[in-house]
Amino acid sequence: MEAIAILAQEAVSAADQKNISAAASAGFAYGLAAIGPGIGIGYLVGKSVEAMARQPEAAGMVRTTMFLGIAFTEALALIGFVVFILLKFA
Amino acid sequence: MSTVLALDFPEISEILVWKDIFPGFNKIAVITILAVLLTLLVFFLATRKDPMAAPKGVRNLAEVSVDFIDDGIVMQTMGRDGLGWTPFLLTLFFFIFLTNITGIIPTFQMPATARMAEPLVLALLVWVTFIVVGIKHQGPIGYFKSSLFPPGVPKALYILVTPIELISTFLVRPFSLAVRLFANMLAGHILLVTFAILTHELAVKSDVLLLKPVALLPFIMLVFLTGFEVLVAFLQAYIFTILAAVYIGGAAHPEH
Repeated sequence: MEAIAILAQEAVSAADQKNISAAASAGFAYGLAAIGPGIGIGYLVGKSVEAMARQPEAAGMVRTTMFLGIAFTEALALIGFVVFILLKFA
Repeated sequence: MSTVLALDFPEISEILVWKDIFPGFNKIAVITILAVLLTLLVFFLATRKDPMAAPKGVRNLAEVSVDFIDDGIVMQTMGRDGLGWTPFLLTLFFFIFLTNITGIIPTFQMPATARMAEPLVLALLVWVTFIVVGIKHQGPIGYFKSSLFPPGVPKALYILVTPIELISTFLVRPFSLAVRLFANMLAGHILLVTFAILTHELAVKSDVLLLKPVALLPFIMLVFLTGFEVLVAFLQAYIFTILAAVYIGGAAHPEH
């Protein structure tokens, strides 16, 4: 019962208050940052699959372009993740 | 009275900073050196085999990876002229993949690229390379003219386009290249740590007998994520290499 600690009710100090708000806003920061890229990557891959199904001979080119697009779209979510780390731990 | 069960997650420094083996030399440095040595070993052994005989073993691996870089990356992004870049991209790919994959190899359990230093150096290397290639192919004035003042844009729009191009080409490119690799590997590492700790706490450290079978759930997730990390390690190495190829190809042959 060391690590799975029972959190007793105690007075919330200023430092705790800071940690609590940091943790909460870190969660929000990442969650919000993930929405846009999530939709974007879904749309992008869906369209790529459509293109590959229509023209299987162009699949190689479409796949390369798809990965490039994913890399750029994903960057936004990853910056959100870095912000999360900075808020939570820095 | 209701009780709240909470989990002690270690500090971020505890899962990322390793003890020095001797001053200035820790696990990250060991992984980096091993990645370099392993790549050298594979390709030196491959060249020592008889080139006329049917390839097998290490030579097979070497040929498959050279073909992969040639057909999958260089031909798709730079075309035939870019084939001279295969050695550079191949080394880049192998180094990134090997430093990524240590994240799931027991006894290492740490992707070396999850420390910002490594992706940063690699990104700066690519940054310097594509600028030098651009200057070499188009001359210093020609390169900055074609990248900052893209042709085919109405004159008045240059007020808007030039600052955007300046930021996106010379600042955002190396930054996003480094952050993409770093954040992906760090996220994977933290995920694995989280589920490993959860399993351990529930199965070993908890003294509530009822909770012990529940440990199976995070364990299944841990196994699944370990497989997923292999994919991520490969994909990130691939994306980094392909972006390096696109940037270098773009600097060598600008759009007209």
